[in-house]
Amino acid sequence: MSPAVAVRDLVKDYSAVRAVDGVSFEVERGEVFALLGPNGAGKSTIVEILEGHRTRTAGTALVLDTDPSSAGASFRDRIGIVLQSSGIDPELTAREAIDYYGAAYSRRVPTGELIELVELDEKADARISTLSGGQQRRIDMALGLVGDPDVVFLDEPTTGFDPAARRRGWELVERLASEQRAVLLTTHYLDEAEHLADRVAVLAKGRIVAEGTPAELRARAGSALIRFAVPDRAEPVSDLLAPVSGLIVGRGRHVEITTDTPTADLAQITGWAAERGFELEGLTVTTPSLEDVYLSLVADDGGDEAGALDDGDSRT
Amino acid sequence: MRTLWRCIRMQNRVFWRTPVAAFFTLVFPILMLVLFTAIFGNDAFDTVYGRVKSSQFYTPGLAVFAAASSTYTGIGINLASRRELGILKRVRGTPLQPWAYLGGVVLSAVWIAALGVVAMVVLGVAAYGVNIEAAKVPAMIVTFVVGSASFAALGLALSSVARSVAMAVPTANATLLPLAFISNIFVPFGTETPAWLDLLGNVFPLKHFGLAFGEAMNPLSDAPAFEWHRLGVLLIWLAVGAAVAAWKFSWEPPVISGRASRRRRRPVPA
Repeated sequence: MSPAVAVRDLVKDYSAVRAVDGVSFEVERGEVFALLGPNGAGKSTIVEILEGHRTRTAGTALVLDTDPSSAGASFRDRIGIVLQSSGIDPELTAREAIDYYGAAYSRRVPTGELIELVELDEKADARISTLSGGQQRRIDMALGLVGDPDVVFLDEPTTGFDPAARRRGWELVERLASEQRAVLLTTHYLDEAEHLADRVAVLAKGRIVAEGTPAELRARAGSALIRFAVPDRAEPVSDLLAPVSGLIVGRGRHVEITTDTPTADLAQITGWAAERGFELEGLTVTTPSLEDVYLSLVADDGGDEAGALDDGDSRT
Repeated sequence: MRTLWRCIRMQNRVFWRTPVAAFFTLVFPILMLVLFTAIFGNDAFDTVYGRVKSSQFYTPGLAVFAAASSTYTGIGINLASRRELGILKRVRGTPLQPWAYLGGVVLSAVWIAALGVVAMVVLGVAAYGVNIEAAKVPAMIVTFVVGSASFAALGLALSSVARSVAMAVPTANATLLPLAFISNIFVPFGTETPAWLDLLGNVFPLKHFGLAFGEAMNPLSDAPAFEWHRLGVLLIWLAVGAAVAAWKFSWEPPVISGRASRRRRRPVPA
């Protein structure tokens, strides 16, 4: 069976700005795939192209083997959308809104079941305008699921939730995947991606800078992070860094080494410095978190040699 | 058809739950009739057809104004607010047919317009001695349908051009209210409008709507009292409104000074 979502070399330009720049990924049924990145990285643009809200500039995008840009009602019958920017008629009650939008779907989930699912029982007959942001978000979720969709798009689904509601939201997303739906999630919360996603793609400036399971991404971080600055008068450091095993990122005089063998690498570095009588400024060894990997991947420092690197690539 | 019916009912429910909208579209024009007759008087004068009261001429004008404001202003503001709230965008992401949704918006507004017109005419007959002739009722109905359709199309056009509520409300009022003054609606019976304003009024649809409806209520006219050339002008405006809407209508929320949505604020990422 072909993947529920297949994106290849997707490009989207807004006049002069390239918002999405050659993105490729696939989402299988029963899988939660997270697009992780800061605001403006292109997450929402990608999702809106897949939902049919926007047209792409180049590349291919298939959802359920359908091109969303030309798809009709029968396509939208099979997908569920929980968008950040789509409101609900504030004059209606949750029950009325679910009844109204639900009636358009061929396979619809009963209203009562959905209200129970998103835990809105006592607020089901209150005007939506009187509900809190988190409660409205739960109606969004119910409206996204009312058509029993095969593919669910969740654009920052837990933004505005309190921690308890967030946990319950996560349980719901896990349940969706266990029901063999494909879930495409965008988030800028690392813990959300780590908790929910089977696979994560990190986006920065419209490109995927890393993709893998949360465990793979964390493994990329290595077990230790060595940081130091070389003195101004130091000779070229290539002979120092050549034997180092980890991932090396250089920013002017500052060097960061992500490594699984901190003891050996540290011995190499300190030996090299001691031999030449240098003191390595700010030398530290720390345990990196997924957040460190993420931050280094999406870093926007505009430096000449800095930024995100691919595995094994080293620059100093 | 069932989908369309459901959409009309939903829009109707939204309308009655927005008291401000209900007041301006239904109560305000009726208040105007009460004020007109109180201030300008409701004098009776003799004609070959018998005694006629001036409210006989105020009533159709204000009935038409109620219909135009329910359709043009009502649809324009309603759609701008639905767009701004991201509701139109939501609709586009569901299998609900766009024509059914917009059909619900338009037909619900026409239904409210019909209520406004009936209320106005009933008040005129009951309280101010207005006369209705059965032979001219078909002309009243046809004129109402054509005029409301025309102003509904213009309402769709309004919401396509003035895409946010902050734009749609002043644009609707700044167009419809002055138009009411040069279209023989907000003026005492028998006032001589300056010729150039009279000519200007002839260009726009409101005057033709008012005069065509007035003709069907005019005791001096001959039944069936259809004003075909005026209905023709209304149909031209219907086409203009539909064309602008087809060209400019958008389901996407407008970008309002950096906010994507009025309802939710995005927290700064941790």
